[in-house]
Amino acid sequence: MIATAARRPDLSDRLAIVAITDAGRKRSHNEDRVGSDPGRGIALVADGMGGHKGGEVASGLAVETVLQRLTEGLGRLSGRDDDIDGYTPESDLARRVIEESNRIIHQTAASQPQYEGMGTTLAVALFYDDRLTVSHVGDSRVYRFRAGQLEQLTRDHTLMQELVERGFYTPEEARASLNRNIVTRALGIDAEVQVDVQEDITLPGDVYLLCSDGLNDMLGDSAIRLTLAEFDDSLDKGAQRLVDQANEQGGSDNISVVLVKVLKPHPTRRSWFKRFVDWFQ
Amino acid sequence: MAKLTVSFNDQVVAEYELDKESMTIGRKPDNDIQIDNLAVSGHHARVLTILNDSFLEDHNSTNGTYVNGHLVKKHALQDGDVIAIGKHKLAYSNEQASSGEDFERTMIIRPDAAGMPEKENTGDEAIDRSVGRLGAELVAESKQVSGDAQRSAKLRVVSGANAGKELQLTKALTTLGKPGVQVAALTRRAQGYFLIQVEGGDDSRPKVNGQTIGPEAVKLEDSALIEVAGVKMEFFLD
Repeated sequence: MIATAARRPDLSDRLAIVAITDAGRKRSHNEDRVGSDPGRGIALVADGMGGHKGGEVASGLAVETVLQRLTEGLGRLSGRDDDIDGYTPESDLARRVIEESNRIIHQTAASQPQYEGMGTTLAVALFYDDRLTVSHVGDSRVYRFRAGQLEQLTRDHTLMQELVERGFYTPEEARASLNRNIVTRALGIDAEVQVDVQEDITLPGDVYLLCSDGLNDMLGDSAIRLTLAEFDDSLDKGAQRLVDQANEQGGSDNISVVLVKVLKPHPTRRSWFKRFVDWFQ
Repeated sequence: MAKLTVSFNDQVVAEYELDKESMTIGRKPDNDIQIDNLAVSGHHARVLTILNDSFLEDHNSTNGTYVNGHLVKKHALQDGDVIAIGKHKLAYSNEQASSGEDFERTMIIRPDAAGMPEKENTGDEAIDRSVGRLGAELVAESKQVSGDAQRSAKLRVVSGANAGKELQLTKALTTLGKPGVQVAALTRRAQGYFLIQVEGGDDSRPKVNGQTIGPEAVKLEDSALIEVAGVKMEFFLD
């Protein structure tokens, strides 16, 4: 296993990752979990929910199983695999691993009464080949900070998002609404889950933010953007500052922040040239 | 529970509890809230209620729906709002709206496969009301939206030697352009296809409908005209 995994280049000097999680000011437990593996280009956030210890069990299972299975699966990719249904092998792997994780959480919930009804959101960013696969379920988000601009890459799976898209609320009004925490998809709730998977190209200097709703419920996009701009050359301080600001705004939920900075290009699978010949080069 | 108090010429004529996820308002007798007056359209508006929040939606009525004097198409109701339909006033009251603590916790709506009323996983706090069919409807639409993103799309070149040439978009990410000049990527997200610059710098950015794009991805609507590395293309959803 270690020998095959070593075939993939180690990305530790190409990506910088900081992952922190904080219980916030109002909750006694932290049901969020974060994880990262800079060498393999993995970053993830899970926000658990459910009574007793269900929430932290669900988010813990999600982070552990996805990290472990992603690592194993990446080790088995040869670097010459074809795309699958228009997705890179890495994207396809991420989707399968998250679906497996869902089944594991769902089975655990079904077999142990104290965990009945537990579930978790999950956002995963996987970096490879100057690309990024973002996979998510629920309302944990992935943002990109590039050239001074902040862009939300994921679309929340929440009732509120539906209401915003139907024109009842502006995004600003939505942040103040009581219904904002109703998610329409989560891991562990059903035997099957629909995972949103998207791909993008990374550029050196990009900063990716994965967060639980404890951050973006407390801080608007412009506050996040200003902090990322201020701490662009100090990832650790930037991540801590975001958590501190969310706490200063009330810290009403658990707060998780994972920042990934792309330090250098990280091409692996295809040559730089070949990647850009999809059409009419 | 939230309610609507209907009055005409300052006289209260009826009171309705918003105990259903959808309450229709109109002149015809099949409405939940019937207002028999010619200034009111047959099916004038409806109020959607999700947990403790209610939403007013005008149904293309002839004379419009007003809230606190402003014409609205869609409006998130707040305690004290007064809806005017014709000469009738409907006062919205919701005393529970401000007790937000229970709603701080994240909940999951879980419709079953048939879209029938679903149960919620509410964590420590039990929520005393079913979210009802509306939640399931919205969830089903959410899945539909994600499904839409999987719809195929294509690009057709409209300028230069390759005019007329088409590219079917089948991948999550498609790169376009000329390395060393300008490269852009089309990325497929839940909401649809987005164009983003990959290479070329500030003075050489792709265009969408004649507008130069910034560092953020721009969503492409059907029939959008894009220009990458000097080549103009039209974007179509199949």
